Amino acid sequence: MDGIMRILTDPYYIQVLTLTGIYLIAALGLHLITGVTGQFSFGHAGFMSIGAYTAALLTLHLHTPLILNLLVGGLAAGFAGILLGFPSLKLTGDYLGITTLGFAEIVRVVFINMKITGGTQGLAGIPKETSLLLVIVVAVLSVWCMYRIQNSRFGRALMAIREDDIAAEAMGINTLIYKVKAFAVGTFFAGVSGGLYAHLMQYLNPFDFGVTRSFDLLNFVVLGGLGSIPGTILGTTVLTMAPEFLRFVNKYRMLIYSALMVIMMIFRPNGLLGGVHLKDLRRAFTRRRSTEMASQ
Amino acid sequence: MPALLELDNITISFGGLTALNRVSLRVEEGKINSLIGPNGAGKSTIFNVITGIYTPTYGRVIFQGEDITREKPYLITARGIARTFQNIRLFKNLTVLDNVKIGCHSSSRAGLFGAVTRLGWVKREEREITARAQRALEIVGLASKGDELAKNLPYGEQRRLEIARALAASPRLLLLDEPAAGMNPQEKQTLMEMVQRIREMNITIMLVEHDMSFVMNLSDHVDVLNYGEKIAGGTPAEIRQNPRVIEAYLGNEIE
Amino acid sequence: MEHLHGFVQLLPQQVVNGVTLGATYALIALGYTMVYGIIQLINFAHGEVYMIGAFTGLIMVTVYKVNFFLAMLAAILVCVPLAVLIERVAYRPLRNSTRLAPLISALGVSLFLQTLVTLIKGDPNPLGFPEVVRDTVYRLGPVTFSLVQLVILIVAGALMILLHLTVKYTKVGKAMRATSESYEIANLMGINVNRIISFTFALGAALAGAGGVLVGMYVNSVNPLMGVVVGLKSFCAAVLGGIGSIPGAMLGGIFLGVAEVMGVAAGFGTYRDAIAFALLILVLLLRPTGLLGRPIQRKV
Repeated sequence: MDGIMRILTDPYYIQVLTLTGIYLIAALGLHLITGVTGQFSFGHAGFMSIGAYTAALLTLHLHTPLILNLLVGGLAAGFAGILLGFPSLKLTGDYLGITTLGFAEIVRVVFINMKITGGTQGLAGIPKETSLLLVIVVAVLSVWCMYRIQNSRFGRALMAIREDDIAAEAMGINTLIYKVKAFAVGTFFAGVSGGLYAHLMQYLNPFDFGVTRSFDLLNFVVLGGLGSIPGTILGTTVLTMAPEFLRFVNKYRMLIYSALMVIMMIFRPNGLLGGVHLKDLRRAFTRRRSTEMASQ
Repeated sequence: MPALLELDNITISFGGLTALNRVSLRVEEGKINSLIGPNGAGKSTIFNVITGIYTPTYGRVIFQGEDITREKPYLITARGIARTFQNIRLFKNLTVLDNVKIGCHSSSRAGLFGAVTRLGWVKREEREITARAQRALEIVGLASKGDELAKNLPYGEQRRLEIARALAASPRLLLLDEPAAGMNPQEKQTLMEMVQRIREMNITIMLVEHDMSFVMNLSDHVDVLNYGEKIAGGTPAEIRQNPRVIEAYLGNEIE
Repeated sequence: MEHLHGFVQLLPQQVVNGVTLGATYALIALGYTMVYGIIQLINFAHGEVYMIGAFTGLIMVTVYKVNFFLAMLAAILVCVPLAVLIERVAYRPLRNSTRLAPLISALGVSLFLQTLVTLIKGDPNPLGFPEVVRDTVYRLGPVTFSLVQLVILIVAGALMILLHLTVKYTKVGKAMRATSESYEIANLMGINVNRIISFTFALGAALAGAGGVLVGMYVNSVNPLMGVVVGLKSFCAAVLGGIGSIPGAMLGGIFLGVAEVMGVAAGFGTYRDAIAFALLILVLLLRPTGLLGRPIQRKV
């Protein structure tokens, strides 16, 4: 108990926890795109950066309230998602992946070349307005939204596209429109997450949102268990905190981290919680309970 | 009386190879219409043309008096044509019930906003979808399997689940692509009764099937394709005696 | 106006520079395209194989003072077993799993090799490449060639012709093509698919290793992260040309190199790294399977 209190009041751990929550919000967006709808996106960090810069610039220049800036940042990212989505979601699999990756790189280079974003110098002096509490509230809200989306007519249509897009279309689903909608919602989440990130770090640099960050987010979604919300939460938490826990082997932590990525995939290619269904767990549990009762 | 569905001179070729050549046929409302022919005759291609997956090079598809030749597949489904696939295409990792609920897509409307807010009408609609899906499962005898994952069903039940999914779309015309493939005689018998029950629900049926006794016992009308051309059409009795059919395809299978 | 005039005057020279750069992209793109053609995997670790090739070459010329060709040979000899090992350990166990699993595994290998080389070297900063080819310049009408450029063009050209002959006329090349048509049927025909896949990785790695030494020499800089951007751009080149197509990768590489050099000359220098991606997106939207890729027919 004492230990927990120490962690919760230590600024360093608060920072790590806040960051975990921020990444979780972006990861949930990617979960909707890749885990639920089955569309590859290798450029999620690019959308995060759109939200981050939009929100930060609004705060710096228009002094509008944070919540509004986060929302506008999310909408800007979502709008970019729609813009990219309409032409490119006709592509499938790796082609879509590489297109999204390319888009994110272009966004990054554009931010490097813009004056208002501070170019390669980065954008400094953003007020620290993101708190752990705010991040928790937004993250919980995001999880709640995601659950509702997945258990609805809308979510079923997305899952149908993931499972078999030709059959989905034959069931009356306009697959392109639904993919674009999933992309819009997913990138909206990335944008909101980016806005929170900007007001936590107080400094933005285009290099923060490169390919590596995009692939990190993909890792969060896949390693926990693709298509599962608990999996995404688990993946994000473990992978954001793992490098922190590996600090005792500081020099080798990235080496261990990357080796674990390979080992994880070999032994659990569907992720930690992949193929585990809550319903099955509950059923297995009740079955065991009833056999225990019977034996008594 | 105008036909429910009419194919008018449908021609389609893939890279120089003509898969269908000037095929015309009529599907009468309320009847069971079958399409037979040897492998590669173009039967499934006709289904893909009707449902808009392929666009014909030439010719028209008319449904309920309207030209639907170049319409998108999802809009054709919304007009009331549902289908099953020759090589089963279920949503494998979803539950049986969810598979059928997805079949109800065209006739419901809750979107993203409804999903998040769950307003009163959304909840009502969702209850309605569940009830309709459950009814469709009852028709094919899978009502007790709603919670199973589709991929865990045995083969014959997967075929029936495809039918339930198509039924959930409340179609006027149901296209069944080799529904009896791989079934044993007993399963075929059950399926035959099921198809008859569906017809009694005022749903017109178009059937592609290899099993001759299945087709001949069930159909009101049979069309015969060979090498992408229609070579005959008529009642099962007429088809049995048609010399071109016997020569081209049936050989001595039918006496 | 004056700027435009200068641009036009320098055009032939830009083409030469662009083709040289493009030839190096093509060498690396070939590895991506062959592997993708055979197991439909974006081998993200390929850029790191190229990076390790560059380091091997650097060590050979600085420590062992060998000449440039021996250094290249050494790089190939290091890269080939490395790539075969990567396939064996990180990809083969995942051949029948979901599409994303081998991709993540590939990313893991890529990150692992970057970190490993950084650790061994001590820091991620670039090292210079000693002058192994004399800095001679030849003039041909309006354009100048440096000897280094000439070496790159000749070596890359020779390697690509060699690859073409291997794939087209040798038994193993035919088996490669059969395997990329259909994995199952090749297996049924008695082709040892595992051996063919290993061979494909080996071929790609040989080209990447040689490419690493050539680029290190050309840009006079070698660093542990050099495989990331070049790897991504080369993959773009492969997709541009039509993934799975060997002539496509060559064409895509050259196309990309020329476009990039032209873009920089036209005053978009700060957008240099975005040019490849912008082109890629444009081409994919117009021709979803790339310049030389075969159109896909939806199978129902």
